[in-house]
Formats: sequence, structure tokens, C-alpha cells
Amino acid sequence: MATASSNDDPAAPGAEAAPRFDREVNVGDIVFRAVTAFAGVLVILALALVVVDLGAASGRTLVRDGASFLGARAWDPVHGLFGALPFLYGSVVTSIAAVVGAVPIAFGIAVYLTEYAPLWLRGPLGFLVELLAAVPSVVYGFWGVLVLVPWLRTTGEPALASALGFLPIFQGPPVGNGMLAAVLIIGLMVLPTISSVSREVLSAVPLALREGAQALGATRSEMLRAVVFPYARSGLAGAVLLGTGRALGETMAVTMVIGNRPTIAASAFAPASTMATVIANQYDEASGAHLEALATLGLLLLALTVALNVAARLLAVRTRTAGSALPPRAPRASLLP
Amino acid sequence: MSPYARRLFKDRLVAAACLGAALLAVAPLVAVLGHIAVQGVSGMSLALVADVARPDAIDGGAATGGLAHAFAGTGLIVGIACLLGVPLGVAAGVYLAELGDGRLGQAVRFSADVLAGVPSILIGVTVYALVVIPMRGPSALAGGIALGIMMLPTVARTTEALLRLVPDSLREASLALGMPKWRAVARVVLRTAAPGVATGVLVAIARVAGETAALLFTAGDSNAMPESLTEPTASVTVKIYEYALSPSPVRHAQAWAAALVLVAVILLLNITARAIVRPRASR
Repeated sequence: MATASSNDDPAAPGAEAAPRFDREVNVGDIVFRAVTAFAGVLVILALALVVVDLGAASGRTLVRDGASFLGARAWDPVHGLFGALPFLYGSVVTSIAAVVGAVPIAFGIAVYLTEYAPLWLRGPLGFLVELLAAVPSVVYGFWGVLVLVPWLRTTGEPALASALGFLPIFQGPPVGNGMLAAVLIIGLMVLPTISSVSREVLSAVPLALREGAQALGATRSEMLRAVVFPYARSGLAGAVLLGTGRALGETMAVTMVIGNRPTIAASAFAPASTMATVIANQYDEASGAHLEALATLGLLLLALTVALNVAARLLAVRTRTAGSALPPRAPRASLLP
Repeated sequence: MSPYARRLFKDRLVAAACLGAALLAVAPLVAVLGHIAVQGVSGMSLALVADVARPDAIDGGAATGGLAHAFAGTGLIVGIACLLGVPLGVAAGVYLAELGDGRLGQAVRFSADVLAGVPSILIGVTVYALVVIPMRGPSALAGGIALGIMMLPTVARTTEALLRLVPDSLREASLALGMPKWRAVARVVLRTAAPGVATGVLVAIARVAGETAALLFTAGDSNAMPESLTEPTASVTVKIYEYALSPSPVRHAQAWAAALVLVAVILLLNITARAIVRPRASR
């Protein structure tokens, strides 16, 4: 454009009426691009700061004594003993148990809301389930401390012990504060995550597939098994992984009910601790090797949750879900280059 | 039973199991919310929102103080978070929707998704190292920065998603009228998507208002009204945490009442957010 106008200008001195298309020189657009891109870069920077800060604070504990740190069972800051195993165990076991418990219920809700519920009920019921996610973690924890834990101590755990006491996980004194309480609370908190993502995945299954199955005489449950679930499989797996990531990072409610002991016990009634809870309990009082060990646990927690989230995203993209929790990356030719 | 009747019966069984799952999920919600409502109403008093904590009066009988400073602190911290998170989040969302199809856009999108999944306690740890330690103590400012970082990815991604719903014909029409890009985005695209963007912002506020883990080390705790941005500041959530673990029934009652107010505000924000989008969705 610039060459064209420079050619025209001498020939037509009064050509200011001619439209100019040289969009590059609009200062507003340059500022617009710079400001919005800066905000975008800040997002990257924020994530980088978390990684770099935890990496720096960990003091290369993983590099220095990786396997012995990960495999050691003793955690005694006073005597300088730092082993990650109790917290890895606590995080992984409570998260997996909570997700395993929550998945059938979450899938049930998602199926009910997309297939069986009357239309008028879908909106309100879906909203109610999402409200579970809106209640703050500390409020679940408070309810856990004053309602769930006392109930487990006096009623729930003795009943489990007498009914299923032959299993090692249901033996031991009914403490109340412990793994079982944490699993129940985490399960409750990841339920809305898993169910709302599954619901989006299920409703993204093309109508033609459903109609085809029903036209061939399938009942709804047969249609679900033959058509809907196979189609939605990777998206549903993504929902489960996303829920597991949430479970691992859950901090406040867990720290209030798990008992906070760095132990590995066979009993589900026994107190335990997770990576997130030990950081919440000790980080601001720690220094030296203690701080480095806690930051290393934070780094491990970060790596686990990021890996789960990335995997969940990849799986969800494969089913091309349309939803808010995992937004699709719709390709659109940009008009505003 | 004919084979067809058996198949129908099985279908009914699956439907009943799914309904059961839905009820099983709603039951604890009702239990938790019901408990908060009952305990919260009975623990409610004017002092809760009019007086600050009086530790010496706890268990002492009549004068037990309140949590006015915690409500003020949460308001202050969330306000700072909004000042940071909303403009930056919307700007990042605009970048992703309007300019972000290149490599940088992909990187920003990926970072936002990853950041949204980072446990909030780790955001707190990071802000602790970067803000609290240099400032020699927790503060409302540090808490606000932590919550602002948490708002950033949510606001950015919802803004992007909603701007992408704006029909391209509107962009084309604006550009055809001779508007520069930035005016087309500011005056036409953003305005069209404004209700949706507001929804995203409200949901983000509702999420961080209930945050505790990110505030433990960053905002700290206090028993007095916040007077500056650089001193330790109490928040409703940290106070609930503190009071929940105390043995005092007086504190429990206050914490229930505070939890009731907090949950009511958060639900109200969520419902308002829904009400804003509803008319557009049904059109």
C-alpha cells in the first residue's frame, strides 16, 4: 500500500479523499495488540513463576537424593529426616479411592441428566449438582470436622469394623479423623467436576448416532452401551483424570479431617497426611532442609496435577466436547490478523 | 417374561440406578447446606458483622465479638484480586479470541489451562516467596495477588469462549465501516459479549471468595479491622478454618454463621451469573 500511495501522491495532490488501507500504521491497533499480548504473556509468566519458585525453593532435593527422598518413610523435621513416601501414599491413595467412589455416581448423574431426566428437571438438577462445586472447601472441612468425623467415630467406623472387620483396611481403632473421612470429603468435592464434564461429553455425542441405535430397536440403555459410551469413551476418561487432578490438589477440607500424621497405615480409619496438607500445615514455619523438602513435595504435586490436566485435555479434544470446563479449540480464520 | 419385556425392564433398571445416583449426589448437598443453614441462623447475631473478634471474651459469656474484620478483609482481598484479575484476564481473553491463533496464542491457552489446574496451595506458596518474604509479612496485597492469579485463567478462557461466539459478520461489518481493529473489538465485539464476560467474572469471583489455601500464608490472620494493604489481614475463610479447629462452641457458632453468609453470597453470585446468560441462551 505504501508504494502505491507514494506513486499516486505526486500525480494527485488532492487525493486525501481516497481511502487509505494501510492498517499497519494505526497506532491504536499497535497498542491494542501490545496490551492484550502482554496480558497473555502474564498468564504464561504466572505459571512459569510457580514452576521456577518451587524448583528454586526445592534446592535440587530431587537431583541430590531423588530416590532416597521419594522412598523414605520417616518424616521428622526436628531430627532432619525428610521422606516423601507417606505423603505420596496419602495423596495417591485418598485421591484414587475418592475418584473410584465418585465415578459411578458422577456417570450416573451425567447419564440421567442427558438421557432419562424430564426436560424441565435437567436445568435445575444440573445446577444443583454444580452447586456442590460452589461450596468452599473450608466449609466442607468445617462440616467434616463437626458432623462427618464424629459420626464416623461413633457410628460409621464401628459399623464398618463389625461388618467388614476381616479386611485389614477396616481394622483398628475408630478415630474419625483419618483416611476414610478424607476419601469421603474428596469424593464429594470431585463429584461435580466429573459429572459436569461427563455431561458435556455425553451431550456432544451426535444425535444421529442415538437415533440410529434407537431406530434399530435398541432401548435407551442398549443405545448407551452400544453407541454413546464407545463414542464418548476418551472424553469420559478425560473427565475422570480431571477429577483426579482436583482430588490431588484438594487441601483445606482434607487437612481438617485427615488427622495430619506422616504415617502409612493399613487401616482406613488411621490418620494420614497428603502432599497438599503437609505444605499447608508446615510451609510458613519451615526453613532450610525442611523448606526444601516441602517445596519438593510441592513440585511433585505440581507435576502430577499438570500431567493429569494435560492428559485430560488431550483426551477431551479427541471427543471434541463443547463445554466450558474444557473449551474446544475451534479453528476460526482470524479476521483481525 | 418376553425378551422384549426383559429388555425394557433392564432399561428401567438403568434409569432407576441413574436417578439413584443423582439423588445420592444431591443428598450430601442438602445435608451440608441444611446443616449450615440451621447452625448458621442460630449462630447469627448483629455482632457478627458489626464487631471484631474479641479473643479475651471468647467463652466469657455475653460479649463475644464478631467477624466484621474478616468480612472487610475478604472484601478487600477479593477487591484487589478483581483489580488485577479482571482487566488482565479480559485482555488475555481478547488476545486469545482475536489475535491468538499463532504460536503465542497456543502457549497462552495452554498455560491458562494448566494454571487453572494448579492446586491453589501452590499459588499461595509462590506468592509467599515472591511477595510475602520481600514485604516481611503477610498482607491483604499478597492475598489479593494470589487470588488475582487464580482468577486470571478462568476469566481469560471464558472471555475467549464468549468472544468466539460473537458472529464474524459483526466484525466484518465494523471493519467495513472503517473502524480500526481495536475499536471494532472494544465497541462491537466486547459489547456484544459483555453479558457473557460478566458471567465469567462473577463465577471467578465466586470461586476465589471461598478460597482458603491460597490465603493461609499470603493474607495471614488478624483480629482487627484492616487498616492498610500491607498488614496481615483476616479473611472469612481463614477465620472459619481457625474457628472450626478450636474447641470453643462460641467460635463454632460464629464460624457457622460466617459460613452461612459466605455460602449465601457465593450462591447468589452463581445464580446472578446464570440469570445474566439465561435470556441470551433461550433467544
